Amino acid sequence: MRAVRLWSTRNAGWLKKCYVLLEGTLTLFNPLLKAIGHKRLDKPFAVVEGAVKGFLFDSQSCGQCTLGETGMACPMNCPKTLRNGPCGGVRQDGGCEIKPDMTCVWVNAWEGSQRIGPPEETITIIQPPVDNRLKGRSAWLRALRVRAGDSP
Amino acid sequence: MKFDDEPAPGDNLPILPGHTSRGRFERILRAGQFAVTAEIAPPDSADPEEVYARAALFDGYVDAVNATDSSGANCHMSSMGICSLLTRRGYAMILQQSCRDRNRIAMQGDILGAAAMGVCNILCLSGDGVQSGDHPDAKPVFDMDSISALGMVRHMRDEQQFMSGRPISSPPRLFLGAAANPFAPPLDFRPHRMAKKIAAGAQFIQTQYCFDIERMKTFMAQVRDMGLLEKAYVLAGVGPLASAKAAQWIRKNVAGAHIPDSVVQRLAGAEDQKQEGVDLCIDLIDQVREIEGVSGAHIMAYRMEDRIGEIVTRSNALGGREPWRPAAAFA
Repeated sequence: MRAVRLWSTRNAGWLKKCYVLLEGTLTLFNPLLKAIGHKRLDKPFAVVEGAVKGFLFDSQSCGQCTLGETGMACPMNCPKTLRNGPCGGVRQDGGCEIKPDMTCVWVNAWEGSQRIGPPEETITIIQPPVDNRLKGRSAWLRALRVRAGDSP
Repeated sequence: MKFDDEPAPGDNLPILPGHTSRGRFERILRAGQFAVTAEIAPPDSADPEEVYARAALFDGYVDAVNATDSSGANCHMSSMGICSLLTRRGYAMILQQSCRDRNRIAMQGDILGAAAMGVCNILCLSGDGVQSGDHPDAKPVFDMDSISALGMVRHMRDEQQFMSGRPISSPPRLFLGAAANPFAPPLDFRPHRMAKKIAAGAQFIQTQYCFDIERMKTFMAQVRDMGLLEKAYVLAGVGPLASAKAAQWIRKNVAGAHIPDSVVQRLAGAEDQKQEGVDLCIDLIDQVREIEGVSGAHIMAYRMEDRIGEIVTRSNALGGREPWRPAAAFA
């Protein structure tokens, strides 16, 4: 899975564009989704989302996705689940402090963010701490609610 | 250095306009003085006398003392305990708080408790992984990260609220600090990471061990160009190495410590390696002082705390200035 994850950060540029496209499409259909009810749709959405993002990004389904702002690397794969950048323990070869045979998630995230224009803009956004209630829920539906100004 | 409005030990200074804390550490930095801080070794003991004895090694040499929060994920007396004991005697303490062991409920409670005990400075850290310490079987918490923790403390101080929005009647008047490691990959991200910490509330930065002066110069030039040095004070991390073998051990076992080969070779070639380690530390202080924007030195003299007096004196880091010391030490 790490190979796919690495591929995804290397292709972060167009993957992010796909992501923006997906968000736009879902926004178009949001009135319909709202009519059915986000609550009712959350489970099936979360299953599809988990499968797609799990395959492409090793996503850990925290329910409040930052992929577009972290170079298409899921920060929840960091053993410390850091969401705002690398800790000071990254090894000289870019290996993780805790899992030396794994490249630091943030080394990948930084490389990915350089492929998403304009560089440095997204990765410097301060991410709030995780809302632990959202774990396993659909981040896509949540993003639609945030965008529409509904209660998240 | 004593201020005109010096309080009784255990009480804090009056708060000056534009300051966020009632502590002497913030005053010294804002006055443009080159500040010296040191890390106290936390005892594996419940005896307060051990804390006092370890702090006494710094008397007259440092402006503030960092109390580590089970660094390296090894269990020791808590930073809160050490800070509480030493603020009672007038020491300027920097409470280190890592995100490894506590969730946001415990952290916010500790922040109020520490401020109530007279702590004026806090250093927000992510923390070392539990795997590197003596309890690798422990649950790593990491509910927050260092940046969200900074934002949390600032919110408590400036908005007088918990993260939940519930009001705090008397806010913690803290001077906020963060760590930076200019020497670890991804190197190009490091200045942005520091910028994020400052945007989240950091007012001072203490760096990881600085043995690679060229790298430090590059990093400082980058953060200067980003305008960060007008917003926060940077204290360069330095420390004596006991021997070439110790240097190699730190290189292998201390997360994020970068020691160039030239340093190991200099120690290995010396007759008295321990003395050479002290001399090297003094040389490094001389060199970091010359870097524009470095506002102080943070000395991490692990198991060599008794050499801090020599390091500060011989490097003239204080420039003849006498820092505060407990009254008993004058006798």
